[in-house]
Parts: sequence; C-alpha cells; structure tokens
Amino acid sequence: MKEIIVSSGFLAASFFAVALVSADQTDKEFEEMLESSLRSKGIVKAEEVLAQDEVQKQCSTSGVTSAEDMKAILDSQLATIVYPNDGKYLGDWKAGEKIAQSGKGRRFNDKPDTVNGGNCYACHQISNDELAYGTIGPSLYQYGKIRGNSEEMIKYTWAKIFNAQAFVPCSYMPRYGHKGILSEQQMKDLMALLFDPESPTNK
Amino acid sequence: MTIMNMKRLLIFFAGVLSICTLNSSVSAQDNTSEEIEKYRELLADGNPAELWELTGEELWYREAGPKNKTLETCDLGKGPGVVEGAYVEMPRYFSDVDKVMDLEQRLIYCRMMIQGLSREQATERPFGSAGNSSDIEALVAYVTGQSRGMKIAVVVGHEKEKRMYEMGKRFFYFRAGSHDFGCVTCHSGENKRIRLQELPNFMNVEQARKSYGSWPAYRVSQGEVRSMQHRLYDCLRQQRFPEAIYGMDLLTAISLYLAKSANGGTYDAPAMKR
Repeated sequence: MKEIIVSSGFLAASFFAVALVSADQTDKEFEEMLESSLRSKGIVKAEEVLAQDEVQKQCSTSGVTSAEDMKAILDSQLATIVYPNDGKYLGDWKAGEKIAQSGKGRRFNDKPDTVNGGNCYACHQISNDELAYGTIGPSLYQYGKIRGNSEEMIKYTWAKIFNAQAFVPCSYMPRYGHKGILSEQQMKDLMALLFDPESPTNK
Repeated sequence: MTIMNMKRLLIFFAGVLSICTLNSSVSAQDNTSEEIEKYRELLADGNPAELWELTGEELWYREAGPKNKTLETCDLGKGPGVVEGAYVEMPRYFSDVDKVMDLEQRLIYCRMMIQGLSREQATERPFGSAGNSSDIEALVAYVTGQSRGMKIAVVVGHEKEKRMYEMGKRFFYFRAGSHDFGCVTCHSGENKRIRLQELPNFMNVEQARKSYGSWPAYRVSQGEVRSMQHRLYDCLRQQRFPEAIYGMDLLTAISLYLAKSANGGTYDAPAMKR
C-alpha cells in the first residue's frame, strides 16, 4: 500500500514537473525549430518573418482570444490607418482590376522590383467577368452599387483595405496599407474598382 | 522501351491531354475538379506516377554510393527492408536515432548510413524538373505506393512524437510575415477556394483524410511527382515565408500533425492532381 502511495506520488510529481516545464520549453523548442528549418531567400528574410508583431502573436493561437484582447487589437490597428493627404480616394478601376488579378510580390522567388499585386480574386468575387474567384472572403460583386458612395462608406472601405484587423481581429485578409504591400495609388485604383459606376464590379 | 523513354512518352500524352481537357475549363467556374476527374478516368490505371514508382523500385534495389549497397536493409519503421505499409505509419519515432522522422528524412538517413552518401549527396535535388529527374521523388513514389489502400495509422505515443505533434500543431496556427498568413488561413474553413482551387479543411476529418491520403501526387501542371515535403515547401513560399530547408524538422512536424488529423482514412497515393 505504501509503495502504491509513494509511486503514485512520484508519478504525480513527475507529471506536474513535465507540465510546468512545458509552456516555456515548448516556446523555446518551437523557436529553435523555426530557426533551424527556415532560411532567408531572395527578398524574404527569415529573421523578419519569425519576429512576429503583436497582432500576429495574438492571432497565432488555436484558443479563443478574450474580448479585451480583441478590443486591444481593434484599437491598436485602427490607429495605424493613414488616409490619403489629397482627400482623393478613387483612382483608375482598370489599373485596379490588374492589381486585383495579380498574386505577385513578397515571395522568395519574387524580385525586389516586382510590383506587388493585391491578389483580391484569390479570395473574393469582384467583377462579374472574372469567374475564377476564390471564396475565403465575401463576394464584393456590385460593392459600390449596393452600398453607395457616401464619404463614410468610402473611408471605411479605404481603412478596411489598409488594415482589415481594425475591424475584424485576426482577419485572414492581409493588411495591405499597414504592411506596405500596396502603395497609396494602388489602393486608390482598387477603390475605383469597387466604387466606380463604370467598373465591371458595379455592372 | 526503357523506363525513361516510357516516362517521356507518357508525360507527353499527359501533357497533350491536360491541354485538351484543362484549357477548355479555364473560364468555367466549378469545373476544374470535374475536369481533373475526367482526366483521371481517361488515364484510368495509367497515372504517370507509376513510372516514378517503378524508377524508385529500381533505385531501392540498385547498389549505389561509396558502400555500393542497395537500400534493402533500410528500416522504415517496420523492420529492415519492410516497405509495405511503412508510409501510413510515418512520421514516427526511430529509436536508432532517438528522433521522429518523416519518410524523406528517413531516406536521407538510410542513404547516408547504408550507402555511405554524404548529407549533401543524399539531399541533392529533392525536387525534379524537366530533364533533371529526382531520385528522391522516385524513391518516395515507390515507398508510398507500397501503402496504397491501407489505413493511415500514425501513432503519437512516444514523448518525442508528442513533442513533434505539438510543434506541428503550433505551426499550423502560426501567422507571420508580410501577409500575416499561416496554414490556418486557407485550411480551416468549409467550402473555401483560392481562385478555383478547392481547399481542404483540416478541421474536418473526412477532408483531412482525403487530402493527406492523396500525397505524393503526379502534378499535371508540373509534369513531376511531388512529395509531401514539396507540397509544404510550396505552401510556405505562397505564404510569403522563408524557404523551408529540405529534410529539416519543421516539415516533419507539420506532416505529423496533418497525418494524425487524417488517421483512419484510406491512403490512396501517389495520386494525380492539377
């Protein structure tokens, strides 16, 4: 009997020892695995990717993020948004269509001078002419026609493209402005693709 | 006809067929999967991957390396030389190296230990291209083909397997880089597509089984059999992640996580894909 108590005590102790080391050790083990298995290539620098920003860290768990955490993400990301200085939001929808089609940029096989695309069609339906669209995001077909072009709607849409996590914490949509993926002019052109009455999106 | 010539001929036909069948579907919304299904039916039992399997079998039994040995004594986890059913239990813990390895790491190990190759030689050209075929892809095709029709049955029992699984799971949810992408971005929702490509949801056991159970695969668009490591390597490239170094632990960790989520499914590869 004594033996049983002793050995179960030992088992419990070793169980807790394992559980206690785990969190820290797992972090360290994970970091080491990433560092030893991934290397910089071309324009992608391993150390830059592996140094996640705060939002990326918080959005990398399988658990539920608390309401406070979500609010903190929304607030911090809303503060990043930069609106165009000239107050003009709509560029050329034809240029916007090309940006929405292109999935180029920021991969290790892309050149430093590759013009980044938005790759919008990978995830969204936009113009009715492009049938090869993805479904990770909602349909944007008739975006402007349905929503109108009030200043509020235009500014909201700009902000959404600039940093989607200002509205949906841990959104899967890239933060195109905040991370410098698209230029201000490129975002204006995408805005035109969404709002211009002549754009095939609104036909 | 030599195997290489047969291979070239079949690839040629596969190419012609793919142009005929796939081009017509470029503008058609949900047709891609259907067209590939038709293409599979056309070739019926003639998946070009079989030629990689044959080449791999030849390589397995061919004396090679400084030690001039075959791979017949390679232990893939079920004892020296047992190839049948080995893949559906991998990645797994190997006591001789006190490490969890996936098939590709184990092949590197066997080719180094048994045949005497250097690590550099054993990891040379993991991914083939036209005119530069990969011995690794052929060996992988052979070994995986010997598990066709069996149940995926990886075990996460040994402490090191549990650690490796935990690492893989963590990576699945790891979001980073220019675009904030992670595996989770594309593989955790139902009925999702990138453009027309349907995406398996790894939270859904049936989809996990179907997807994991169909790699490696002959990629019609690339004219090569692509291994699991290649699939993951290219996912990471599109994620805007750094380059995955061939044969390192991270891809083994993800593979173990995916394999575990596919457990119980029927393994049906090397398959054929877009």
